Amino acid sequence: MSDVIIQLENISVAFGGTDILKNLNLTIKDKEFVTFLGPSGCGKTTTLRIIGGFVRPDSGAVYFDGYNINDTPPYKRQVNTVFQRYALFPHLNVFENIAFGLRIKKLPEKEIKEKVMQMIERVNLKGFANRKTNNLSGGQQQRVAIARALINNPRVLLLDEPLGALDMKLRKDMQMELKKIQQESNITFIYVTHDQEEALSMSDRVVVMDNGIIQQIGTPQDIYNEPSNAFVADFIGESNILDGIMIEDYMVSIFGQKYKCLDKGFDRYEPVDVVIRPEDIQILDPDKSSLSGVITNVTFKGVHYEIIVDIKGFKWMIQSTEFHRVGEWIGIALLPDLIHVMKKSEYSGQFGDYSSYSEEYDALSDDSEESSDEFSEQEEEL
Amino acid sequence: MRTKTKFLAVPYLLWMTIFIIAPLLFVAYFAFTDSAGNFSFQNIIKLGDYIPVFITSIWLGAVAAFLCLIIAYPVAYFIANTSEKWQKFLIMLIMLPMCMSFLLRTIAWVSLLSDNGIINNTLTAIGLSPLPLIRNNGAVILGMVYNYLPFMIMPLYTVLVKMDSSVINAARDLGANSFQVFRRVILPMSLPGIVTGITMVFVPAVSTFYISRKLGNTSLTMIGDVIESQFKTAYNPNLGAAMSLGLMVLIFICMGIMNRFSKDEEDILL
Ligand SMILES: Nc1ncnc2c1ncn2[C@@H]1O[C@H](COP(=O)(O)OP(=O)(O)O)[C@@H](O)[C@H]1O
Ligand SMILES: [Mg+2]
Repeated sequence: MSDVIIQLENISVAFGGTDILKNLNLTIKDKEFVTFLGPSGCGKTTTLRIIGGFVRPDSGAVYFDGYNINDTPPYKRQVNTVFQRYALFPHLNVFENIAFGLRIKKLPEKEIKEKVMQMIERVNLKGFANRKTNNLSGGQQQRVAIARALINNPRVLLLDEPLGALDMKLRKDMQMELKKIQQESNITFIYVTHDQEEALSMSDRVVVMDNGIIQQIGTPQDIYNEPSNAFVADFIGESNILDGIMIEDYMVSIFGQKYKCLDKGFDRYEPVDVVIRPEDIQILDPDKSSLSGVITNVTFKGVHYEIIVDIKGFKWMIQSTEFHRVGEWIGIALLPDLIHVMKKSEYSGQFGDYSSYSEEYDALSDDSEESSDEFSEQEEEL
Repeated sequence: MRTKTKFLAVPYLLWMTIFIIAPLLFVAYFAFTDSAGNFSFQNIIKLGDYIPVFITSIWLGAVAAFLCLIIAYPVAYFIANTSEKWQKFLIMLIMLPMCMSFLLRTIAWVSLLSDNGIINNTLTAIGLSPLPLIRNNGAVILGMVYNYLPFMIMPLYTVLVKMDSSVINAARDLGANSFQVFRRVILPMSLPGIVTGITMVFVPAVSTFYISRKLGNTSLTMIGDVIESQFKTAYNPNLGAAMSLGLMVLIFICMGIMNRFSKDEEDILL
């Protein structure tokens, strides 16, 4: 048996005439922590449901251990799910929620009791066995949902924004805990989130999606350092995205000036998008740099200051540990290994500078409401 | 703010007192007095004579409620799983007969079932022998089921349509096949609807009087018939009141047993 546990091949799905997933191809390795990352509505949950068996793809195939499982109903798949809003059984207490899968398998009562108690301890819910689930806190409900899935020893655990409803502090703790659970249980985790930081810190590989299309697959370092297009660059962390022209291999022109870079393989004079991360930009004396401008905004962020500087009409974001005043003239330095050149894409020009700084900031934080699960009735019965 | 909300409750309290508490007190008063208005247990003692009538009524009511449940569950389940447009339409269809008079609906059954009614006439016309369709307990139960079915469908539909599909998916995800999903998730989660439905059918069915008189055997008396006759023909309102009180107590006991049972059922289903 090969290393690959799940393979999605040319998967397409449309709901009510709208294409939701467009020709998705993806292989997931055994024991890997893979994260689907993308804005709300991009098709993450739908992809997960295809793997879980709740949605049948209109075309394409799903392979598990090399076998086509398109026609395998959910209850026969070695996959368990932690649902977006937990979906605990309201008529059962914590113990019975966790025991559900074992009771279906008709395990002896003694074994069920043993395993459930063990699992309850493992997810830190000792003393809650007889509680009804609807008066547990979000974090506790989440643990029940994880325990309920894990107790069946799935080969693959699907987690749909499991930390979405938790507050910041709890989220961070749970991220560590989930990662630990994954390593201990030694199974594949397929994790869905729209929080890029969560994706970067937990995953072995990240699948960045937008609009039903996979934009990039790679390690967290890959997608951060070498985003494949303007969408990925913008969605993962902060980035200044400039129009450039590739003069030749290792040489790109920005604002009419040539810069050395590490990228090659473009046509001569091909228009490109250039990404420069705010933390990679060095601040210089204005007279020592060919790029200089006036600071229009400074925000203290704890670890660093976020500085917006207007250079020839393009507003750059710079992250610096040194304080600078609004109105100050500064120059910037761009080092070759910090310039990343990308092919032009449909996203070019959509994300550029930070002229609309404050709005963009808001848009990032109000992403948490999701509506996808409301469409139950159109769901495919398998 | 507080006083204002309290003030708003006054009409409701008044209404409750006039239309619920006061009549109950009247019933209790009549039940425990004789025709001269003196305190007496005589009516209550006399209830003993009617024990078989009580038993028949409760038995028929229980059978009707049970049949309603068996018929209504699949219907409600089907409706709850159609599209919203269909749901509205089908619920309207279910409610439509309710807009017609209860008496009319029962009489319609008489003209269908009676010895020279539509069904038997058709049977004789095609050369078959007529069937004894009316004047038996079956016909009474049929009448009850027909009349009270919507009261069972509505609460079942309400719980089923509100059921969270992600919970059902969770059960499937955890290895349950369709039958197990139904038995371990859908059925126990719809238990409140079942209890409400049984209550709404059983209570009026037990105390019904018109259906038994029109469709039942002449020897069949249900407690509702007896109570009615106490007020109308026998003119003994004190005994009538005692019977009503007794019926109420019995119904409460039945409901209590059922609630108890549904709790156990919930545990058994696990
Ligand atoms: N069962 C469904 N019927 C119709 N549209 C759906 C259904 N499920 C999801 N959608 C739509 O598909 C798109 C992708 O949904 P989803 O996969 O849930 O996105 P995500 O999880 O990334 O937020 C959304 O626009 C959503 O409205
Ligand atoms: Mg989702």
